[in-house]
Amino acid sequence: METGLIIEKLVVILLLFGITLLIATYLTYFERKVAAWIQDRIGPDRAGPYGLLQPLADAGKMFFKEDFIPATANKWIFIMGPGIAMFTACMTGAVIPWGPDVEAFGRTVSLQVADVNIGILFIMGFTSIGVYGIMLGGWASNNKFSLYGAIRASSQMISYELAMGISIITIVLMSGSLSVRDIVQDQQGSFGMNWNIFYQPLCFIIFFVTALAECNRAPFDLPECETELVGGYHTEYGSMKLGLFLFAEYINMFISSAVIAAIFFGGYNFPGMNYLSGVTLAVVGTAVFFLKTFFFIFVFMWVRWTLPRFRFDQLMHLGWKKLIPLSLINLLITAIVIAFREGWFTK
Amino acid sequence: MTWAEQIYLPAVLNGMFITLKHVFRKNNTLKYPEEQRVFAPVYRGMHVLKRDEQGRENCTACGLCAVACPAEAITMVAAERKKGEEHLYREEKYAATYEINMLRCIFCGLCEEACPKEAIFLTDTIVPTEFERDEFIYGKSRLVESLEYPVDITKRQHTGKRTQK
Repeated sequence: METGLIIEKLVVILLLFGITLLIATYLTYFERKVAAWIQDRIGPDRAGPYGLLQPLADAGKMFFKEDFIPATANKWIFIMGPGIAMFTACMTGAVIPWGPDVEAFGRTVSLQVADVNIGILFIMGFTSIGVYGIMLGGWASNNKFSLYGAIRASSQMISYELAMGISIITIVLMSGSLSVRDIVQDQQGSFGMNWNIFYQPLCFIIFFVTALAECNRAPFDLPECETELVGGYHTEYGSMKLGLFLFAEYINMFISSAVIAAIFFGGYNFPGMNYLSGVTLAVVGTAVFFLKTFFFIFVFMWVRWTLPRFRFDQLMHLGWKKLIPLSLINLLITAIVIAFREGWFTK
Repeated sequence: MTWAEQIYLPAVLNGMFITLKHVFRKNNTLKYPEEQRVFAPVYRGMHVLKRDEQGRENCTACGLCAVACPAEAITMVAAERKKGEEHLYREEKYAATYEINMLRCIFCGLCEEACPKEAIFLTDTIVPTEFERDEFIYGKSRLVESLEYPVDITKRQHTGKRTQK
């Protein structure tokens, strides 16, 4: 392995990690601000100008609190819960192409940590493991409410993962490759506007709803809502462990929005990208990608503060009886159209 | 339900546009303490013990306010005016100690109504915060109005005219 490659990848990894954590921190602030604007009030605006130092104040508060483990809790699994949640949340960001290739220092630097050829499957796999963080946290707390929260979270995630997987299969059918980079490249087209949303609007809606459910965001936030379960799986957690759980949720939200922007809305492609090249193209492309991601994060928050919560049986009904048949029909129609295009029926 | 109602999407989108409208609306939040709310002329806030035009304290420690107070927040100790103190107190009896416990006070204004000497009034100052409970027992030093900054209570005085038919 040449040192150039190692250094390049190290820089990209560190940058990505740092930016992910920074964005997740300020997402806590942004969420409170968006919630406030929707509710006709101002959000935090006392800590620093416009309240921008509020996340630092929150982090400070969490550090200063007592980091306790309940006496009857299973100690090591209790500690592992938020750790797994955070680990899987951060790992999914490794396969997303954050921008087009850059020519720098005499080599082509790709703004993607790892271009594995199973990209999307990697993301799905890690989100599935992420459920373990919640389940272990709920189980190890030795608390009825936490257990209920954990059970609800795991069943919810399993049900919605199926519909998510089927919509991903539809997208993979369209581009013929599992690698996220190939999916984004295929959406370049002649003007940078050959986005998958124009071919698969229903798939996008299904994917969006299932992404909401995977992140445990309202209206699917039964596992952690206060009115139902005291705090669900994070009842017994305090200080930095709770901070890690909440952080992992925001990182999941960020990564889900990035995945949606990448596979449906063209990733770093934008109209007019034919006229730019080199470093300018990379910078503008990355900026456009982040803009799309933030827009979807705003939509996540917008939906949260608009809709009431689903009841658990309604949630299951929606996942199994509505979304899965719908995504299967969508897959079937897509497959038939592609078969027509390939000429299977006219041979 | 119609098919359009059953898929919920039109209703959800409708709701989302309503919340989006609220994002861009001007809101009514007051940023205290930079901006302060304008109070009505009869707003009941912190108490003040008034002096007359010559600067003599009006309060004669008659105790009617203490009796009228439903929360029993007012206590006082009376004293007799000595030879050289005519410029300080209006009548021969005055309050040597006058204490109001702001934590017990419910700001009802009954003491203001009961006072026969127009001595105690409620102003539109909001009672400031303290860290200790003891510091909320206000003595004469915090209640008697200062000579340099007299408090305007003309809108609170009873004019003697009926306001209702």
